[in-house]
Amino acid sequence: MLTILFDGIAYGMLLFVLACGLSVTLGLMNFVNLAHGAFAMAGGYITVVLVNRAGVPFFPGLVIAFAITALLGLLLERTLYVHVYSKSHLDQVLFTIGLVFMSVAAVDYVMGSQQVFIQIPSALQGRFELFGIGIGRYRLLIIIVCGILTLGLQLILSGTRFGSRLRASVDDARVARGLGINVNNVFALTFAFGSGLAGLGGALGAEILGLDPTFPLKYMVYFLIVVTVGGTSSITGPFIASLLIGIADVAGKYYVPKFGAFVIYTIMIVLLLLRPQGLFARAAGK
Amino acid sequence: MDPGSIKQVSHHFANRARWSAMEYAFWLAALASIFVCGGYWTEISPLFANRHLILTEIAWLGLFALSLDLILGYAGIISLGHAAFFGLASYIAALLAKHAIITEPVLALVVSGFAAALLGFATSFLVLRGSDLTRLMVTLGVTLIMREIANQIPEITGGADGLQGVVIAPILGLFQFDIFGHVAYVYCLVVLFVLFLLARRIIYSPFGLSLRAVKGNALRSGLIGISVNGRLIAVYTLAAFYAGIAGALLAQTTAFASLDVFSFERSADLLLVLIIGGTGYLYGGLIGAVIFKLMQDWIANLTPQYWQFWIGLVLVLIVLVGRDRIGTATAMIRTSVQRAVSRLPVPALRVAAPPAEGR
Amino acid sequence: MPAALATQSLEKHFGGIAAVNGVSLAIEKGARHALIGPNGAGKTTVINLLTGVLRPSAGRIVLEGEDITALDSHHRVRRGLARTFQINQLFLDLTPLETVGLAISERMGTGWQWWRLAGTKLEVTEEIVDILSRFRLTDVMLERTGNLPYGKQRLLEIALAIACRPRVLLLDEPAAGVPEAERHDILATVAALPSDVTVLLIEHDMDLVFSFADRISVLVNGSLFIEGAPDEVARDPRVKAVYLGESLNA
Repeated sequence: MLTILFDGIAYGMLLFVLACGLSVTLGLMNFVNLAHGAFAMAGGYITVVLVNRAGVPFFPGLVIAFAITALLGLLLERTLYVHVYSKSHLDQVLFTIGLVFMSVAAVDYVMGSQQVFIQIPSALQGRFELFGIGIGRYRLLIIIVCGILTLGLQLILSGTRFGSRLRASVDDARVARGLGINVNNVFALTFAFGSGLAGLGGALGAEILGLDPTFPLKYMVYFLIVVTVGGTSSITGPFIASLLIGIADVAGKYYVPKFGAFVIYTIMIVLLLLRPQGLFARAAGK
Repeated sequence: MDPGSIKQVSHHFANRARWSAMEYAFWLAALASIFVCGGYWTEISPLFANRHLILTEIAWLGLFALSLDLILGYAGIISLGHAAFFGLASYIAALLAKHAIITEPVLALVVSGFAAALLGFATSFLVLRGSDLTRLMVTLGVTLIMREIANQIPEITGGADGLQGVVIAPILGLFQFDIFGHVAYVYCLVVLFVLFLLARRIIYSPFGLSLRAVKGNALRSGLIGISVNGRLIAVYTLAAFYAGIAGALLAQTTAFASLDVFSFERSADLLLVLIIGGTGYLYGGLIGAVIFKLMQDWIANLTPQYWQFWIGLVLVLIVLVGRDRIGTATAMIRTSVQRAVSRLPVPALRVAAPPAEGR
Repeated sequence: MPAALATQSLEKHFGGIAAVNGVSLAIEKGARHALIGPNGAGKTTVINLLTGVLRPSAGRIVLEGEDITALDSHHRVRRGLARTFQINQLFLDLTPLETVGLAISERMGTGWQWWRLAGTKLEVTEEIVDILSRFRLTDVMLERTGNLPYGKQRLLEIALAIACRPRVLLLDEPAAGVPEAERHDILATVAALPSDVTVLLIEHDMDLVFSFADRISVLVNGSLFIEGAPDEVARDPRVKAVYLGESLNA
């Protein structure tokens, strides 16, 4: 059972890295970006190309994937997304769904529709036993990397000036602008960083989640669940939400395989009914 | 009391609801398509080839989009989960036929519709509160749950392969479905027309007016005595019924049901259909269905595997150009055509000028 | 005889702040009662509590002897309590005709009828025309509300509340934002309200308050400060101090 807990935590932390960019985007610009999963997919496929075909080692490959996806995010944000900020939520939904469709079809065209795998270094393969818990080496890596990322994010948010500017902008963009904070730049950088993280998550997660052109559609729901349940006013909310979902999903699929998938959706609906603004959102909204 | 004013008021309401020339034209064209597009006159010209198969798809897709318009265009609820009702009724209609529980198609249609309405009613409370995003999530969640249920009981639903072996009995015991799709098309068209008439009546009723108020300002509606939640539940259930009928039509005309009735792509495509045609005037779903299906057909012929890319591109472009600009453009086209037609020297077409404000 | 509208120790807390603190009001039937106070005193919050837009943290609201604290907004309207908003809350895409018609048909119980064409019930139509002419909106009744000038919209805001035939009417700064030229219409309308309708008026315009009200309550920082007849309140030095921000001990 502890193995399941371990696997669930790994899954949850991976979800968090994937989804936290979306959470901040939504909280910051009130923008519903359903195409977030496409960045994750991009990161995954970039790593595939780098590691499998170009012979780049695994860890540098991850870093490069992060960088390229972040740049991609920055580019798209400045050219396309910026035109859609002021539009209604319905328009944003339509726009990002359109982007998802385009990216899914494009990747299918370029890379083919079968599932792809990244060649993981042999040191990360297999499992070992620790106090009776089966520890997968790769999953351990995920927990460590994601844990470091989470701590880093928290430090940036609370300890740096950029972090305070970001928090101010999330809280009240109008007032933040009035204070001289360049909210547009804050957002561009945050969007790029969030997309980069998604790309990194996609690369890390290829082994566990399975990478194929339908990735954005398959996992979009999970990201959205993390964001809606966890709220958008902090990263603690999505973090805990991700862990809950990760553990619930893994445990559900193991203990009640017939209904495993329901557990997630039902939890989400119940939670949203009880607290429509998310578990951790502040009471007074925009 | 000024009798002149009272008359003015009554005329105003009567004119609002009057059938315009364009509406007559639309349904006459639909009626004509039964004969003109049936492949009966291919010796005269290949233009008259049998298009009833695609027209049948347009018919139930139009009905599906109409059902979404009821909640999106008239009540302001954004839903990504309308496919839940569509899919449920689809499976039920197929199962009723396959296991000969209800063999007469019209009866099975109505029963499936009511099943969808029941699901709609049961889930309506989910969309009463919460932001747009919450509603999106919750409606999407319901559809995904339905899909999982269908996936997990393959003994009943056929699972990923779909429900095979469905045989549809003749409509009313008289009209057997034929391989050319003639009976199917007339069936769908009649159902669409009847339900359209009903929707039209509802929209122009006091209830319909209160829906527009709720959409425009829910807070104020409550404070003039309108039960906002009651209205939303009612229209959501009605929309679920319509979506269910559309799904049952799909199952009955194809004698098949599969998991992709619940897919996210279906909900997304539906939004696109309605957006193309425009929300809030009842014909948006129908016109959007025509345009979407023709576009899809054309693109699929060019690139069968990647047509999703072009659909995505259309969505992106529509949003970037601006729905309201597209809406204003089409509205302008509509009113100018309407005026031109009403000037024709045909007395039957000379109806009251098109209403200036909301329909 | 029970008061038309009364509150008992009404409270509303937002986080740690008490926007409304132990407010107990009693408004007699047919009264012309004004609620005044500096900005941020909590007057609109009181109205929101009375009409069900907000739920109280504590206390009760009693309408003509009946406890309505737990009722939803639309039920309170049906019991005879209506309000206007400080910032117009109208249906911008509907016409004044449709707007007023909605309120009337809802009151008559025909709002749910889905099979009938709207606007075909003669009693409703007659009443619509009557109200619109009383508020001088007949000439614009077929225009889209969003296109109307602000003064007309304000008149419609009040007409809409009147269309509910309330027994208690809450007016939240009816003359707010109305240009000088059109104020007269608003003031005349408020003065011409039927005498059996109980009116609670929130206003900053002191001329309007003192000419209209027969009783005034002063709300400061969420609590009722002073209550009494207009001349009592006008003479009380503490009221001036509160508005000018001087210390109460001065």
